[in-house]
Amino acid sequence: MIQPGALLRVEAGRFAGGYWQELWQHRELAWFLARRDLLVRYKDTALGVAWALIRPLLTMLILVVVFHHFGGFSGQGAAYPVLVFAALLPWQLFSSAISEVGNSLLQNSHVITRVYFPRLVLPLAAMAVALVDFAVTLALLALLMLWYGHAPGSAIFALPAFMALAACTALAAGIWASALQVRYRDVRLILPFVVQFGLYLSPVGFSSAIVPDTWRLLYSLNPMVGVIDGFRWCLLGQPPYWPAAGLSVIVTAVLLATGVRYFRTVERTVADLV
Amino acid sequence: MTAAISVRGLSKHYFLRHDSDWVSPTLRDVLSRQLRRAARSLAGRPAQTPSAPSEEFWALRDVSFDLAHGARLGVIGRNGAGKSTLLKLLSRITEPTEGGFELNGRAASLLDVGTGFHPELSGRENVFLNGAILGMSRQQIARRFDEIVAFAGVERFVDTPLKHYSSGMYVRLAFSVAAHLEPDILILDEVFAVGDADFQSKCVGKMNDLGREGRTLVFVSHNLGAVEQLCTEALLLDGGRVAAHSRDVAGVVHTYLSRAGAAAVEWRNAGAEFAVDWFTPLRFALADADGATLRRTARRDEPVFVEIEAEIADYDPQLRVGYAVYAETGELLYWSEHTDGAAHEWPRLSAGRNLLRAELPRALLNEGSYRISLLAGLDEGDWAVHPGAGGPSVTLDVHGGFGDSPRWTGRRPGLIAPLARWTRAAAAAC
Repeated sequence: MIQPGALLRVEAGRFAGGYWQELWQHRELAWFLARRDLLVRYKDTALGVAWALIRPLLTMLILVVVFHHFGGFSGQGAAYPVLVFAALLPWQLFSSAISEVGNSLLQNSHVITRVYFPRLVLPLAAMAVALVDFAVTLALLALLMLWYGHAPGSAIFALPAFMALAACTALAAGIWASALQVRYRDVRLILPFVVQFGLYLSPVGFSSAIVPDTWRLLYSLNPMVGVIDGFRWCLLGQPPYWPAAGLSVIVTAVLLATGVRYFRTVERTVADLV
Repeated sequence: MTAAISVRGLSKHYFLRHDSDWVSPTLRDVLSRQLRRAARSLAGRPAQTPSAPSEEFWALRDVSFDLAHGARLGVIGRNGAGKSTLLKLLSRITEPTEGGFELNGRAASLLDVGTGFHPELSGRENVFLNGAILGMSRQQIARRFDEIVAFAGVERFVDTPLKHYSSGMYVRLAFSVAAHLEPDILILDEVFAVGDADFQSKCVGKMNDLGREGRTLVFVSHNLGAVEQLCTEALLLDGGRVAAHSRDVAGVVHTYLSRAGAAAVEWRNAGAEFAVDWFTPLRFALADADGATLRRTARRDEPVFVEIEAEIADYDPQLRVGYAVYAETGELLYWSEHTDGAAHEWPRLSAGRNLLRAELPRALLNEGSYRISLLAGLDEGDWAVHPGAGGPSVTLDVHGGFGDSPRWTGRRPGLIAPLARWTRAAAAAC
């Protein structure tokens, strides 16, 4: 029964080895946790899964009315609802990652204080849930494009790459949020503002083409700018501002790497903090 | 042969800060501290660390032991002796401050029944979820699923949401998942102080099986009987340190019991604590039949007295004095006050020094440890000493003395274990 190599050595002040291998071994746990959250989420709600459709549609409606009808912004050659929805797709992934991935540690405190497993499983499971919502919204967008008669060009083949970028940006933000929330409870109060402001700071309700050229690079420090531009390029054929896309990749990579690092330092004491 | 568990100098310490937010400093604290530090270094003054009012607390100090493969270690000790901390460290939930340990084999820990159970999900879903949390693979769970459900006796309800389970079914299912883990090393908090007697004996059987299969067990319990029955060696923790470790389980249990009484069995007022005009407690203690302070474990069937000595400067007829009994887990069992009987039977209190004595009901408390806490107040709601609010309290350890029945010899499930009378009534003719 005793497996050679199953030796575990724990010492004060040192990371136990084999973390990533351990994380991989717990992939089923991430799956079960994600499944639990999905199964439970819409139980006992009157409209059930319809909520996954209603939320993005309503948000789109408001943004279209405010920016297009009141503000007179142009769709840059695309139907305005489609322009907005193409951006809402990654934005919703980002915002739900901040709130749900961000909450994942505190929400599962009862499990964290009872059982050990690599804690990264929790944000990853929450991320999987956010990705399911993303898939639903994506299907909705396909219908919307069909409705407006928008056929995507060959740039559509780059979409998976931008989806991956969107997922990484969302995950990076979520991981930071989850670790920070454990250390500083104030962060819980700040996050809704971040999401609210972010919606207007990112080119969701408008095209980033309206940003003056001199400011565009600075604007692109917000990694969601490159992500959203990328989505609009793939889906609507609107050429992105390439330096922005490049900058997004760099900012996301830095955020993700530092986020995981910070997460791992918080992780060591998380059971004492939650 | 190498040890299954080898612990070296294991220590864990916590900082207790005396303001309320020691657990998670607010962002403001951190930012203002950083700003102050920055300002100081700009001004060219050396950075000094602000001395937050904090207290070091070693939950575990320099613990070392080895455990051979197939051994079953029972960890005993009072509350706060470091048992839970040791379990949390060994199961890697928290990291040691100093020292370390080696686990030689796959380890699983069980500090709670039904970790991650969700009431909205069916029994089946929960078995898979809980199994995954405990470290089982999906295949492993699927292979043993029928066994798990049968052991718990909930075959008919596997697809019913957990919220419709009775608490007994819930606990049985939870334990059953855990019992079907197949680790080399199992780290176990006293989880099977749950369920009915029948299920408990099933659990003890299961534990014995684990031992026979050569699995190593670390088991924390207040149930000394279970430790004696299950374990091949015992470790006594006291104040975070190892007080005894031996294969002589009964011996270690005895050491524990004889020390147990040395803890707070008597409280004396060091100064003028809890002093008000109408009541100042002087002494609060447990006494045995001879009136001597009870410095040992009490039997269930022997008389034990609560003694309250108090100075009353200005007697208030509304005064009521009493005690509250708490279970080890913190639940309040009951309150008793000196004015509970008929008015003419009340002990008369008067200005000056008063000594009250109340006998604890016999054959009521279960085997275990209880906290008895002083209370004193006025009928109109003023408190001199509110029980459970850090007032004087003493600990009563109860062990043995189950009465005359040859069939009732050990701890029962439940917070209390009163001895009730049974008779056979004539069957009604129908």
